[in-house]
Amino acid sequence: MKQKPLTMTRVALGSLLRRPATVPYPAERKPVYIATRGHISIEEEKCNLCLICDKRCPTGAIRVDRTGKTWAIDRLRCIQCNHCVDVCPRKCLAMENSYTTPMQMKRIDVVPVPFTPPQPKPKPPTPAAPPPSDLPSKPAEPASGDGSHDHTTNSPTD
Amino acid sequence: MANRTVIPFGPQHPVLPEPIHLDLVIEDEHVVEAIPSFGFIHRGLEKLVEKKDFTEFAFIAERICGICSYIHGMGYCQAVETVMGIEIPERAKWLRTMWSELSRIHSHMMWLGLLADAFGFENLFMACWRLREGILDVIEETSGGRVIFGAAKVGGCRRDVPDDLLARIPAQLKAVEDELRAVTNVFRDDFSVRQRLCGVGQLSKQDAYDLGAVGPMLRASGVALDSRLDGYAAYDKIQVEPIVETAGDCWARTMVRIREIYQSFEILRQVIPNVPPGPVDMKITGSPKGEFFARLEQPRGEVIYYVKGNGTKFLDRFRVRTPTFANIPPLLKMLQGCQLADVPVIVLTIDPCISCAER
Repeated sequence: MKQKPLTMTRVALGSLLRRPATVPYPAERKPVYIATRGHISIEEEKCNLCLICDKRCPTGAIRVDRTGKTWAIDRLRCIQCNHCVDVCPRKCLAMENSYTTPMQMKRIDVVPVPFTPPQPKPKPPTPAAPPPSDLPSKPAEPASGDGSHDHTTNSPTD
Repeated sequence: MANRTVIPFGPQHPVLPEPIHLDLVIEDEHVVEAIPSFGFIHRGLEKLVEKKDFTEFAFIAERICGICSYIHGMGYCQAVETVMGIEIPERAKWLRTMWSELSRIHSHMMWLGLLADAFGFENLFMACWRLREGILDVIEETSGGRVIFGAAKVGGCRRDVPDDLLARIPAQLKAVEDELRAVTNVFRDDFSVRQRLCGVGQLSKQDAYDLGAVGPMLRASGVALDSRLDGYAAYDKIQVEPIVETAGDCWARTMVRIREIYQSFEILRQVIPNVPPGPVDMKITGSPKGEFFARLEQPRGEVIYYVKGNGTKFLDRFRVRTPTFANIPPLLKMLQGCQLADVPVIVLTIDPCISCAER
């Protein structure tokens, strides 16, 4: 095959005359698409601390603390796979299409979750028929573990 | 007989950003023998099937390689689906085909840039990578990721592509294709490019076949084998012709890849208008039990997935035979007798992805 001269010159001249292909980053940003997987966000009001995102995250980036009532994410471990968004039963997680800002130090984003677990229903009195006489005074006694203990300690005393 | 010297090449080398180590036995600037060593970046991905649910392993399979990511994820899903006897929806098959071809175009364009870089043609390197951005934009717009698509799942695709977006893609691809012509003409016609590539690293048809070369390596030596002809995904409904060159040298391998880029544009022209309407995924019930070998054509060549399920949600065994792994023996054959200065170019023309090969 014949070799043609100046093939690259044309490409190089074209590159010289066109606008730069890159953008001056902090001043200007590349447009993102609707589908772009940027970062995970949470609507903490909807979250019920069910732990599913924590368990299913392939990299273990999400940590949910039920006692401390927090939802935390390590942005550097997150691989934007969208799996937590798919499995969240309350649909409170979402994939935003913007990237997080660069960080100088490793940090974990912790979001407090204002979720109050529903009060455990008072246990229906089981086999013994005579004791139910003092049941109506129930709703005032809150704590879950202690309540059951009280109940068991109360019943023999009659 | 001249003195023999052993020169270590890699795993960190200025021209080859891939962690392969070769001991080159040199005699008068000619390579007599090349002895490879591996294992610098073994990640133990295959073992992870024992810890990850088979549906979640698709994320890991996709991350075996950063460049041919989509086809890795899709190949794994295809193997599991066959074991489970699932027929995925038509639309998912066509979308998978579309993403496979986009993945091939961007991989080949990246490789062209790296090749230009290997023989010191920085300007051409930048030109290839600039054009590749146009393809990455299409990929990002359709799948959400630039190189990690995250679109494959057992039972179909994880996301749908809206029809108005599908209608827009051909124009974007056409713009890239038109601009690409000028750049690929440089590879074809330029004097210095041909000086560096023609007649370098020749692999005969017999050697390519005997040593188990795959993909563009095999086809550049004149063997017309392409796994897409097996008709997985929607390839049975579109026309694919294996691209064959006969010279078997570096230039022939470059030409095969360049022609494959244009072939992929052609396939996309067949695929995109014909994506049928309907759902893109289906519900999976049960767990895989049985075993299957899936064969797919990656940009780098044929890839094989072996999956063995035991009826639980954790697979027994998963095995990938990546194209780079298969192309190492032919590479060692090509290196015998070449000039020392040609080693980086020859290594690059197998399109090495050592991270894939070591998994």
